[in-house]
Amino acid sequence: MSNFLELRNITKRFPGVVANDAVSLEVKAGEVLALLGENGAGKSTLISILYGLYRPEEGQILLEGKPVQIASPRHALQLGIGLVPQHPLLVSRHTVAENLALGSSGLFPAGRIAPKIEQLAAQYGLTVDPKAKISQLSPGEKQRVEILRSLLGGARVLILDEPTSVLTPQEAESLFAVMRNLREAGKSLIFISHKLEEVLSITDRIVVLRRGKVVGGLATKDATKQKLAELMVGRNVDFSRKRQPVQIGAPILEVSNLSAKNSRGLEALKNVSFTLAQGQVLGVAGVAGNGQSELIEVLAGLHPPSSGQVKFEGTDLEPNPAKRFEAGIAHIPEDRIHMGTVPTMTVAENLSLRQYSQAPLSNNGIRDLIALETNAKEKILEYTIATPSSQTPSRLLSGGNIQKVILARELGANAKLILAVHPTYGLDIGATDQVHSVLLERTKSGAAVLLVSEDLEELLSLSDQIAILYHGQLKGPFPVTEITREQIGLYMTGGAV
Amino acid sequence: MRFIADPNPSRYKTAWVSLSAILLAAVLTGFVFAAYGSNPLEVYRTMITGTIFDSRGLADVARRTIPLLLIGVGLTLAFRAQFFNIGAEGQILLGAVFAAIVPLFFPLGVFSIPIMLIMGALGGGLWALLAAWLRQRFSVNEILSTLMLNYGALYLVIYLINGPWKGKNVRGFIYTDEFPPFAEMPLIGGTLVHYPTLILGIIAALGLQWLLVKSTLGFELRVVGENAGAARYVGISSGKIVTIMALITGGLAGLAGAAEVSAIHHRLLEPSQISLGYGFTAIIVAWLARGNPALVLVTAPFMGITLAGGDLLKIVLNMPFRIVDVFSGVMLLCLIASEIFIKNRIKWGR
Ligand SMILES: Nc1ncnc2c1ncn2[C@@H]1O[C@H](COP(=O)(O)OP(=O)(O)OP(=O)(O)O)[C@@H](O)[C@H]1O
Ligand SMILES: [Mg+2]
Repeated sequence: MSNFLELRNITKRFPGVVANDAVSLEVKAGEVLALLGENGAGKSTLISILYGLYRPEEGQILLEGKPVQIASPRHALQLGIGLVPQHPLLVSRHTVAENLALGSSGLFPAGRIAPKIEQLAAQYGLTVDPKAKISQLSPGEKQRVEILRSLLGGARVLILDEPTSVLTPQEAESLFAVMRNLREAGKSLIFISHKLEEVLSITDRIVVLRRGKVVGGLATKDATKQKLAELMVGRNVDFSRKRQPVQIGAPILEVSNLSAKNSRGLEALKNVSFTLAQGQVLGVAGVAGNGQSELIEVLAGLHPPSSGQVKFEGTDLEPNPAKRFEAGIAHIPEDRIHMGTVPTMTVAENLSLRQYSQAPLSNNGIRDLIALETNAKEKILEYTIATPSSQTPSRLLSGGNIQKVILARELGANAKLILAVHPTYGLDIGATDQVHSVLLERTKSGAAVLLVSEDLEELLSLSDQIAILYHGQLKGPFPVTEITREQIGLYMTGGAV
Repeated sequence: MRFIADPNPSRYKTAWVSLSAILLAAVLTGFVFAAYGSNPLEVYRTMITGTIFDSRGLADVARRTIPLLLIGVGLTLAFRAQFFNIGAEGQILLGAVFAAIVPLFFPLGVFSIPIMLIMGALGGGLWALLAAWLRQRFSVNEILSTLMLNYGALYLVIYLINGPWKGKNVRGFIYTDEFPPFAEMPLIGGTLVHYPTLILGIIAALGLQWLLVKSTLGFELRVVGENAGAARYVGISSGKIVTIMALITGGLAGLAGAAEVSAIHHRLLEPSQISLGYGFTAIIVAWLARGNPALVLVTAPFMGITLAGGDLLKIVLNMPFRIVDVFSGVMLLCLIASEIFIKNRIKWGR
């Protein structure tokens, strides 16, 4: 196989960090290359260079042996390099066809592009309705539109930056099917993921980055999870079940017959009842959109229930997120960018988002900027948040470090109930490990955790009890020792009664 | 040529791009002046020497700076919370109406002036509050509602001075009777500069800057403005913030309106004479201040010079009445267009 694309000694610096340090790698025609590395290792930066978003300070890019300067995303696509961004950049009000017509270089109208879409869709299994509005599509479908956009533009190498982190397991499977079809057709793919199982199942070759440098490359058939983890983190990583028996205390959260409507007024939670005791971890499994968001929002005080009762430490709480946090309910939200942080604000300010109005961060309505800084320094150290300074806007941090900012803020000393939604999504194995340890650490001191995740591995390794949400109804909770993976899967799809 | 996103432009860059935009606006407006048969350089020379190098001109600049300062400070803060009040024009008028109630119906002697200012702030604040309420209750965009409310205010004033409040001793003129002397705000001798309001404006600029940076309320309004989802998540009520923003921004505009009638006109009169377009010009003032209320201390006098210079053109060069609006309009367009140069870096070649 020939090298379709080759990078030679690419170096890219940002103030305070070398994001890519003399990176060399090649992509062969018709192969799937995995790019692995911890949060902040420089994967997205490297991709941005290939896609013409950044210019490297040093190094060369060769396309089919010829040096090229990639000037812009449009130029990249002309050269045959397409990117499927992690967060789709589509115009929601428009239809699929209109969006694709907008993206293509020639000015062809939405009507004439439809047959082309259908042909590509059939060829690669990219089923999507050209007349559907983007706003009605699921994350997986939006991703397919992004893939179509690249293919219409003539992409021969397709870059996928953490494509599965927004997908359900089923959607991820169909993405892999599409990827296999593309590889069959001779396209090259670059695949970024933190999920080692996926990398092992779908890729042909793996390149590992650490702190901006390539620290290893190997064929996937020679790789194991252990080996990859060691390459990425530089130390041994423990994948075994982490949950140790803890002292279960008094009930802290009692939910009975809770129902709630979603934002469109439809019943999203139906008669949900469960009890959670101090020290316990209850894992909630389920395909996204089966009532998980509503359950968490009701408990966090963000959404009013339509009926039913929630008792925290035996009392009713006001439906006010600030009061609930004060009472000891911490919330690690699903959406870090639109909810968990204010991306334009500094790391220090984001760390103060919960307690900005209380001493020592402020007195009588006046903020103490020195206390703000002290608080930030402490938390940055405690949670090893990688940031150039406490005054950096949080949006410049890598995904994993943004999550650490949220954890550091939410898991203060008084957290008694932790509502954690996909707490490790987008995190590397080291950071995932750290989040898990922090959560389990808290349970030892009596905190209860309600963990919502689509990652069965994670649920099984952390929870004492597992419950499944399906169409707003809660099955369980079952002790984790008494339920199998298969049973959970059946409940998730409504197969079991 | 291509653009590369620059998410964190430096202050220095923001400043010079904005200055270039203003310069470009001056050049473009120069063509308009030339079309009128005037030499643009001559026009600008007149505008500058007649304002900042002339004591009467300077007083005129100060007179116009006062309302721009008050209103601009309020708009700057409200923009930070993403409350886009563009109805200051109407709030000025409501302020003038509320203030006029005092001298016309409840002469309060020496306390009149402070009470008039408070009434003015109340009138403007309530008018803006209406827009805030429409936004909270019916999700009506405040850009639309404040603009519509401008017309409401306009017709209210016209109705009052033609009907119930029309002066008894004014014969054919349409305005109210003159206020009694105790309702007249003191001026700097021989000018129309009502220094008490000027001092209030400076206090407002510094006070709101402090509020933004140091107070918890300032932090809350930034969270609401920069990420409404996060505000909801931590329980900051955006309804509360929007209400406070409406009261502050509308209140300051109302205060400016009250001061204009108390210090300069001494009666309620034609809307176009009360305001002279301050409400719209203050949007440019706020835009230039880029979210820093204290910077309005610089940007308000700058637009004050523009307005006063525009007046000179009418008198000295016989130009049409609204010529300066052309300049302001072109300037706003250039500033909006310059945004792309602030948020991006330019690279030449591919
Ligand atoms: N625009 C930027 N300005 C300053 N620093 C940046 C910028 N973009 C990235 N960085 C820094 O460069 C380093 C590499 O970031 P990059 O986003 O490439 O990591 P990554 O491997 O994609 O991480 P993740 O797995 O968390 O997505 C990080 O330290 C990050 O903070
Ligand atoms: Mg990344």
